[in-house]
Amino acid sequence: MNIFFQQVLNGLTLGSVYALVALGLTLVYGILHIPNFAHGALYMVGAYVAFYLVGSLGANYWVAMAGAAVVVAALAVLSDRLIFHRLRNAPPLHDMIAAIGLLLFLEAGIQAIWGAEFHRLAPPYPQIVRLFDLVAPAQRLIIIAAAFGLMFVLHLFLTRTLTGSTIIATAQNREGAALVGIDATKVSVLTFAISGALAAVAATLFSPINLIYPSMGHLVIMKAFVIIILGGMGSIPGAIVGGLVIGFAESFGAFYVSTNYKDIIAFALLVLILSFRPQGLFPSGARA
Amino acid sequence: MTSKTWQKPLLAVLLAFAIIFPMVAANDYYIYVMSLAYIMAIAAVGLNLILGYTGQLNLAHAGFMAIGAYTVGVLTVDYGVPYWIAFVLAGALSAVVGFFAGLLSLRLKGHFFSIFTLCVGFIIYLIIEKWDALTHGTVGIIDIPAPSGLGPIRFDNTWSQYYLVLFFLVLSLWFMSRIVHSLLGRAFIAIRNGEDLAETLGINLMRTKVLAFVLSTFYAGMAGALYAGFVRFIGPAMALESHTFDMIAFILVGGIGTLFGPLLGAILLTWLTQSLQFLQDFRMIVFGPLLILLIMYFPQGLIGYWRQRQARRAAASVQDRRLQRSVLASQQEVRSNA
Repeated sequence: MNIFFQQVLNGLTLGSVYALVALGLTLVYGILHIPNFAHGALYMVGAYVAFYLVGSLGANYWVAMAGAAVVVAALAVLSDRLIFHRLRNAPPLHDMIAAIGLLLFLEAGIQAIWGAEFHRLAPPYPQIVRLFDLVAPAQRLIIIAAAFGLMFVLHLFLTRTLTGSTIIATAQNREGAALVGIDATKVSVLTFAISGALAAVAATLFSPINLIYPSMGHLVIMKAFVIIILGGMGSIPGAIVGGLVIGFAESFGAFYVSTNYKDIIAFALLVLILSFRPQGLFPSGARA
Repeated sequence: MTSKTWQKPLLAVLLAFAIIFPMVAANDYYIYVMSLAYIMAIAAVGLNLILGYTGQLNLAHAGFMAIGAYTVGVLTVDYGVPYWIAFVLAGALSAVVGFFAGLLSLRLKGHFFSIFTLCVGFIIYLIIEKWDALTHGTVGIIDIPAPSGLGPIRFDNTWSQYYLVLFFLVLSLWFMSRIVHSLLGRAFIAIRNGEDLAETLGINLMRTKVLAFVLSTFYAGMAGALYAGFVRFIGPAMALESHTFDMIAFILVGGIGTLFGPLLGAILLTWLTQSLQFLQDFRMIVFGPLLILLIMYFPQGLIGYWRQRQARRAAASVQDRRLQRSVLASQQEVRSNA
């Protein structure tokens, strides 16, 4: 029972981190139809900014998280204005290559500043929570609570506010949104900012129980891509459900199948599903 | 037209330079670096077939190169298979894996294809890293034998290996030029320019794309096999997507969808990296923005730019001639009227 609970907890932790990253990716894809390969690098930069704020400036964990979110959001907006916006009329190949260039630059830049070695964010909440005979590290509970809280707030923002609705409207129909007077520039700036902030928060949440290194974003971004392909590119519920599915598949797979190959599970799942259903599990919007 | 007549002598000069390069190179290290650039160029020429000519961004290319390298590494070191047999098998195995990967991944289009191949590449990397019993895991394979001699020729020093690699480079460029100038090559380009239109023209999309994919993975496998015999040490990291990104940079700098673009890019960037030794680990600080700037302002690369200029000049000279002719005609008209 306890072991099973541990796996559920593990799956929820992984799943909520993946879901946050995938949400940012899917939002940007929904609006601009860019597969942002640099999103994983943004996640990585978020972890380093938080690490710097906590480690060198002695900031509080939550302040560091907010700081990382702001910095990465600004970086994401900058990448949109300087690169992706200017390539909006170029063939899709160009977007992807530019995103790869950005990814390489961010990784090398971080490595130049902090080196290639592993860092660790000191766990702000090292306590263990006991409930009946179930044991859970506090940090994991915080990850799950914070991630789901953030997703809920994002949901409210997107569905209940006018600004949020402009994002949804643009994702549904770019021309239509422009026709009713939605400012496309504002929407894309906003979307990139949200996606960057989500990546930074996810990284800051996950870092205390994980390591920080320049290529830490690779696996996460690839899994996020798997998630949004499975969940439907641009679909927000799809990103959350997909994130949890992959999270659970990994934690149970690691336990019942093999720890060594747990990272392959997500990709094997993708290959398997796309072999039988090239349109993905939830063929929602446009698949160009 | 002028570019056509220039082509053959230019190629001869380039080849002559490549042949005398080891004799004028300051030391063996330069020869070594140049050989490595050639090997990367062979892989990039293969990637260019699927990326530049067929328009599909395959991000698993380094993975296929690693399959080739590991085929040679495992067979020669652990099973004592002669290098050249392993070499042939390396190309074949990469192509076979490429065939199945292509069948699966090419059902997806555009972004989805690229993301899928990114995952395929990572699966290859993870398998190489985790399958200790076969691939020696993270340790990698060391002491891979150099290519065994063929008849009287031995490949036991840098010089002879340079010529060996050069031979395969010329061979693969020649073969590639045959492909892209054939009807099949036109079919690839038609797919790049518009899949729907290509299909309307009667091109079997799936079959043609899979063929391009298999050919490109065959190139990757061969380059990997040469790499294994030349560097003689391989590790799982060579399957990482960052090596595919290197090759994309080569292709973009030289000229995407041109025959010699990947080679030019591979040589230029390899020497640039060499001259920026202190940047070794941080070369991406330069290459990353370079990639972005190229794709934004200079997406056709060096050779593409050269071609464009040629075309513009040719168009201008045609216009000049037309203008002259019309002037002459009007003068004659004036004269006959007078």
